[in-house]
Amino acid sequence: MNMHSAGDLGAKAKEVLAGLDGRELGNKDRMALPVQDMPCQDPLDRARNMEEVALGYAEAQARIEAARCLQCKNAPCVSGCPVSIDIPGFIAQVAKGDYHAAADVIRKTNLLPAICGRVCPQEKQCQAPCTLGKALKGVDKAVQIGRLERFVADRERAAGGAPMPRVAAPTGKRVAVIGAGPAGLTVAADVRREGHEVVIFEAFQKPGGVMVYGIPEFRLPKAIVREEAEKLERMGVSFELNYLVGRTRPLSALLEEDGFDAAFVGVGAGLPKFMGIPGENLVGVFSANEYLTRANLMRAWDRDRAATPIYPSKRVAVLGGGNVAMDSARMALRLGADEVHVLYRRTRDEMPARAEEVAHAIEEGIVFDFLASPTEVLGDEKGAVRGLRVMSYELGEPDASGRRSPVAIDGSEHDVPYDTVIVAVGNESNPLLAKTTPGLAVDKKGHVLVDESQKSSLDGVWAGGDIVLGAATVILAMGEGRRAAAAINEYLRAKD
Amino acid sequence: MNKIVSKARLSDEVFRIEVEAPNIARERKAGQFVIVQTDTEWGERVPLTIADADPHRGTVTLIFQTVGVSTHRLAELEPGQSIEAMLGPLGNPTHIERFGHAVCVGGGIGVAPMHPIAQALKQAGNKVTIIIGARTKDLVILEDEMRAIADELIVVTDDGSYGRKALVTEPLKELCGAETPPDIVVAIGPPVMMKFCAEATRPFGVRTLASLNTIMIDGTGMCGGCRVSVGGQTKFVCVDGPEFDAHQVDWDGMLLRLRAYKSQEDAAHKALHDGGQCRLDAMADDARKKAEAEGGSR
Ligand SMILES: Cc1cc2nc3c(=O)[nH]c(=O)nc-3n(C[C@H](O)[C@H](O)[C@H](O)COP(=O)(O)OP(=O)(O)OC[C@H]3O[C@@H](n4cnc5c(N)ncnc54)[C@H](O)[C@@H]3O)c2cc1C
Ligand SMILES: Cc1cc2nc3c(=O)[nH]c(=O)nc-3n(C[C@H](O)[C@H](O)[C@H](O)COP(=O)(O)OP(=O)(O)OC[C@H]3O[C@@H](n4cnc5c(N)ncnc54)[C@H](O)[C@@H]3O)c2cc1C
Ligand code: SF4
Ligand code: SF4
Ligand code: FES
Repeated sequence: MNMHSAGDLGAKAKEVLAGLDGRELGNKDRMALPVQDMPCQDPLDRARNMEEVALGYAEAQARIEAARCLQCKNAPCVSGCPVSIDIPGFIAQVAKGDYHAAADVIRKTNLLPAICGRVCPQEKQCQAPCTLGKALKGVDKAVQIGRLERFVADRERAAGGAPMPRVAAPTGKRVAVIGAGPAGLTVAADVRREGHEVVIFEAFQKPGGVMVYGIPEFRLPKAIVREEAEKLERMGVSFELNYLVGRTRPLSALLEEDGFDAAFVGVGAGLPKFMGIPGENLVGVFSANEYLTRANLMRAWDRDRAATPIYPSKRVAVLGGGNVAMDSARMALRLGADEVHVLYRRTRDEMPARAEEVAHAIEEGIVFDFLASPTEVLGDEKGAVRGLRVMSYELGEPDASGRRSPVAIDGSEHDVPYDTVIVAVGNESNPLLAKTTPGLAVDKKGHVLVDESQKSSLDGVWAGGDIVLGAATVILAMGEGRRAAAAINEYLRAKD
Repeated sequence: MNKIVSKARLSDEVFRIEVEAPNIARERKAGQFVIVQTDTEWGERVPLTIADADPHRGTVTLIFQTVGVSTHRLAELEPGQSIEAMLGPLGNPTHIERFGHAVCVGGGIGVAPMHPIAQALKQAGNKVTIIIGARTKDLVILEDEMRAIADELIVVTDDGSYGRKALVTEPLKELCGAETPPDIVVAIGPPVMMKFCAEATRPFGVRTLASLNTIMIDGTGMCGGCRVSVGGQTKFVCVDGPEFDAHQVDWDGMLLRLRAYKSQEDAAHKALHDGGQCRLDAMADDARKKAEAEGGSR
């Protein structure tokens, strides 16, 4: 049974909408409207296919959800959005049924709404301070801003996509963008619009960064990312794929010899952390990055066509509690595992993953072992994983951050059989670019140091996204990209 | 897209291709490698050492052995056709200096990656002894090229069909036991060979480097799939290596990890042959004749 079938939710919404009958709504009426659930594929079906899980609102649902917005004068939601979308502004247009106008409002600040609407942790960003959610005493009852954003963006895509941004006359200036993740793609768009020549250098064979190699198809269809890259190409941005700056060419040579006037570094946080426990190099232990890259970028899920193999797993343990852990666990299930456990040292409330993904994972049958963490990976005589030695925890006194930190329970260690372990305990910054670029200042953890305009310690070099923030979010990377692009445009204007 | 400009078959299973890659040809140094993909939609990413490069022509030379599906696909490409993607140069260049007496041990296909290193060591003023090892006579590659570099060249085959009948470790031990032992040994070949080279030189305390060929995905330090334990610490071969102190490498762990996908790869490879898709055997004579006509080295 599927509580989120598109047909049922759409039909119900139509009824409610008909009941409103074009009436002027007061705040009380708005507050009484039902939160619109996201239509989804049936959990049992989707746990075995790679198609997108969330199907998007039907039009009637979007109209009702938009009608729930109280159009607050102070609009606290806007301050929760890292790129300050005019949220009540676009929602008012959805309520009216003018989706074009809604898309225009969003586009002023967000270049990737189809992506952000799907992957933003809304409950921690725009939806957290929403007045309606506060009044109804639950962030899950806030206006579903992300879902509305996705609805608007998808309508526009279906109608042929956003209008092409105008590109100013050529300036003769050249900008190198390093890394084709959300940060780099955003910079490319904003800088290109001013008429500058833009070349994006990307190590992988496809643009998109984590959006293509990390976040799975079932959460973010790759076609959407491809469309964004194609749009940039049509704007005249060129892509140099399979180009690792720092190895294929040092950054300094791009600036000093190859005629680039400025560069943006958006190389992401691609250095997987491991737990540092015994047995982590056994066969069957993967970083989430490796597991997901095999599955997503190399498309190993299509066993008949892909040349890249994926490990055949029956019992999988995923270590961690963020989006990366959720994606790995749900991917393992889709690749045929019988049982997938997520081991997390704290409890559900502390999990950093998007609330929706945790809920989806539970529906799909992922088992969550809270207050548990391994102390050792156990191997068999062939060096393959046979299980984990797991320690149980309890929540202790709140620490400085106010979070209750987990405390190991003495003598609680016990062995659990697994054949695969996926380590998803975070990423650090990849040191390659800093190592090969003299003068590029980084902090202890290898994050590139920047000022408030995203400028690095090197003249003509800006940076943003995960390489500055540490593992963060798509929208934060995009926001930093916009800021950097503005500064780069300013710099190039002054350079005349 | 990287166009193949020439191709030769060095032995039944070993091919040499010269590929257009001006950026890589310009930057690469001895000991570095590339990752190639014959198909960017469905293909695997295959790491291959840069055996040689010509910065003026803008080409790199790769020498590879057909072991599974991806290397077979690569071998099927003809001059004029292109490899869809090539990333590089990757990894740290070999540290070259004037050590004194350097011994280079190349086993099987490992002779190919050894070539630029031996060349660089020679240019730096070292006395260079090269040991080439192969299972049998037909699998000996690059003998002429190596002879041109080496002060002394030793060829051994497992079955004695060519050169001396021995494993590479025998002459290596003799050299280490000599009055003036080598100052450095570099070993490249199958992991088992490298492991035994490490064991051979260890008692003599001769510094030994090995170039590791772990399984790789991105080659940029992002996935950790290439990790190996060196001196008790986890290292990523693609960015921390590929060369490491052979006496510190956890060889048994590495050997196990290399076999992680063995059954799946074997099945895929078998399907290629059973499905009649493997045109390589049919191409064999043809290619060999051509290679010989071009003066391909044997
Ligand atoms: C599995 C997973 C799930 C996630 N889920 C979410 C989510 O639901 N919501 C959310 O908001 N965020 C999520 N994130 C985080 C989000 O994806 C990142 O914060 C965001 O992608 C960072 O963008 P970026 O542009 O800084 O870097 P990236 O997306 O990491 O892109 C960097 C690009 O640079 C390339 N590169 C690196 N070095 C070089 C070089 N030297 N030369 C050339 N190219 C180079 C890389 O190949 C890569 O393509 C997730 C992350 C992961 C790993
Ligand atoms: C840094 C480096 C440099 C290399 N240089 C050369 C070279 O110059 N010439 C050459 O012939 N080979 C080289 N190799 C090995 C080469 O990459 C593998 O033989 C190739 O990837 C096998 O792919 P396949 O699909 O044909 O075979 P598969 O069917 O995938 O594998 C066959 C067997 O090869 C091993 N293998 C699989 N994938 C890899 C991999 N990515 N890396 C290493 N071994 C693997 C496994 O043990 C497997 O059982 C190098 C490897 C590395 C890491
Ligand atoms: S971009 Fe993200 S945070 Fe901003 S409104 Fe959209 S979903 Fe909310
Ligand atoms: S805070 Fe909530 S209710 Fe108020 S304008 Fe924003 S979305 Fe609408
Ligand atoms: S191949 Fe991915 S980290 Fe080395």
